Amino acid sequence: MRKVYLDHNATTPVHPEVAVAVQPFLSELFGNPSSIHWAGRDVRKAVEDARAQIAAFYGCRPLEVVFTGSGTEADNLAVKGVAYLPGNSGKHIVTSQVEHPAIMNTCRFLEAHGFRVTYVPVNRQGIVEPGTVRDAIGKDTILVSIMAANNETGCLMPIGEIGRIAREAGVLMHTDAVQATGKVPLPWETLPVDLLSFSGHKVNGIKGAGGLLIRKGTELAAVLHGGHQERGRRAGTENVVGIVAMGKAFCLMREHMDAEVAGVRRLRDAFERALFGRIPELVLNGHPTERLPNTVNLSFRYVEGEALLLNLDMLGIACSSGSACSSGSLEASPILLAMGADPTDAQGALRFSLGRGNSDEDIEYAVDAIEQVVNKLRAMSPLYHPREARAK
Amino acid sequence: MTRKRILAAMSGGVDSSVAALLLQREGWEVIGVSMDLYDYSKVTRDREGTCCSLDDLYDARRVCDTLGIPYYVLNLRDEFRREVIDPFVQQYAAGRTPNPCVLCNEHLKFRALLRKADELGAEGVATGHYAVIRRDSDGRCRLFAAPDASKDQSYFLFSLDSPRLSRIRFPVGAMEKADVRKIASGAGLPLYEKKESQDICFVTDDSYSRFLETRGIREDRGRFVDRHGNTLGNHKGVLHYTVGQRKGLGIAAKEPLYVVAIDAERNEIVLGTDNDTFSEDATVASPTFVSGFPPGKEFRSTAKVRYRHPGAPCVVRVEGDRLAVRFDAPQRSVTPGQALVLYEGGEVLGGGWIECAGTSRS
Repeated sequence: MRKVYLDHNATTPVHPEVAVAVQPFLSELFGNPSSIHWAGRDVRKAVEDARAQIAAFYGCRPLEVVFTGSGTEADNLAVKGVAYLPGNSGKHIVTSQVEHPAIMNTCRFLEAHGFRVTYVPVNRQGIVEPGTVRDAIGKDTILVSIMAANNETGCLMPIGEIGRIAREAGVLMHTDAVQATGKVPLPWETLPVDLLSFSGHKVNGIKGAGGLLIRKGTELAAVLHGGHQERGRRAGTENVVGIVAMGKAFCLMREHMDAEVAGVRRLRDAFERALFGRIPELVLNGHPTERLPNTVNLSFRYVEGEALLLNLDMLGIACSSGSACSSGSLEASPILLAMGADPTDAQGALRFSLGRGNSDEDIEYAVDAIEQVVNKLRAMSPLYHPREARAK
Repeated sequence: MTRKRILAAMSGGVDSSVAALLLQREGWEVIGVSMDLYDYSKVTRDREGTCCSLDDLYDARRVCDTLGIPYYVLNLRDEFRREVIDPFVQQYAAGRTPNPCVLCNEHLKFRALLRKADELGAEGVATGHYAVIRRDSDGRCRLFAAPDASKDQSYFLFSLDSPRLSRIRFPVGAMEKADVRKIASGAGLPLYEKKESQDICFVTDDSYSRFLETRGIREDRGRFVDRHGNTLGNHKGVLHYTVGQRKGLGIAAKEPLYVVAIDAERNEIVLGTDNDTFSEDATVASPTFVSGFPPGKEFRSTAKVRYRHPGAPCVVRVEGDRLAVRFDAPQRSVTPGQALVLYEGGEVLGGGWIECAGTSRS
């Protein structure tokens, strides 16, 4: 059976050059980067090289990069790191209704511990309007955290404008750039952002490594306590393999990102056009243009997302529905509901996210399969009447 | 060549695991599925003894890994709320003691899963139930109790009719438990025993009344009365009691008192002696028959009035959309809300829901 992977916002395949780059760290280069002796030295060098590669990608200073175990951990470090600073207890945080659970649930946790949080809404197209953030900021606001791009819809948030508003108000600005990194430019030098989260495995690195950019001079409490690694900002022996992989992946992105993004965008646009051309009663969730170049989120009316997803899986096509419960089953996406989507549409939504390695043949195969499955499922639906649908 | 596809409902327990394995050996393309029915994070995390906790889903996933088959958790929370929880609450509020497991079997395991089977291009659904489906030469299907009476679950399946049975398989239904376990250990499958219908999976902290309160069913204290309407004391609210109950009444009397009837409308609980808990007849609502029809206007049968009830010989009369069941000998604790299932020999004829029970009036 042909396998087509259209779930790159979940994770990406390891780049072959990344796989090569980490080989020595699975054998002879085993040292602890904190050790003074020869075994540690070379490994420490590799970790610092990776830091420099990531810094070069964003255009920040190497010491502004702090390694973490994941994008989620970077988000936790950013939000809790600000919240736990002396004097910040019980104060106010502004975030949005469509953040990743790493931010959402961290904020809920802080609310349970006496902090106040405002979750600003998004407009019908899934985008946070800067004015809502301006209105939400109060005298005791300590942090604004708005994602750079949404994981489910790919919507790009105006973080430049929001960052400027935060800065004018003297409030720290964090952005979760886990999805945006490698897909849209994030020029650190001009971006009015103090903290930025990223992850390795979303950009063809290896799972288990992420990081937080912390603008020089920004104070942040530690969340993990222990040794002095990462200059006390994140204790624990470094995930050397993950960090080296991430360094290599960022290095490759710096070189090839523009060409690869253009290729992925072309495929995504062709995919989207073909689906809209062949399948009626299709709804695009998210903004038509202010969107990641690889992502398309669609509701197939009169079809349950779950049935569609499982049928596509059985045909070798990997995609996702926004949201999985603790059990692994699917539920209506809170992000689409926050956008004001019809609950039935939210239940029937699927996210396709493309990446390097996808081909024209993949797209053709996927479009054929999706059309076939949608037609089959609609034929079973008591609610779907094609003639009426066309008349609408 | 394309193999025929079937959904196997997996609990992670030995019975459903072996059921899936046997189908695989028969050459089916088996897709393992479990149902996500309820937000269990709101229930105690590590509860045992229910059908489908998060731990069970983990076990089921590991079994499917061992069998090398795909495994999906299907979200059926809306259906579960609509078809099981809401009726449960309404029944309780009406002073009945409902059996949500029968509703779950009928509406979720069989109706909703058969719909999922259609959607996933599968012929039907298999489970690890102990019961036997016989396919007659004319294509009709009949339902029988499992030969191993101690394992028989046909009581929970009475509402399945022939067309639906034709798409259902119980691969271990006619087997001895020991043989099922032997097959499982031979294939390296775990030997977990998952309990069915022991506790109601969506009720927190083993407290029905607290659950029902969260559903807006208010607790009103009321009177305990005897069969003549004389006040015997006060009760904590009808939700706390079930017909046949003896413990926890808090009433001192010469002989032990039992709940004989619950009158939700008057908020009264009728207490009586052991003798008063026996009923000679029962009215059964919403009857269904496996064949589609009752065997006659009036017929003899054996009725089970609850799971594990040995069965009582009776005469059944069809009266409009209800059945009038007259037991040959009075039966203890015939409880409104429970299913009454009719058998002829080992065959399940059908059944319905006990609406009221006639307490023997001497």
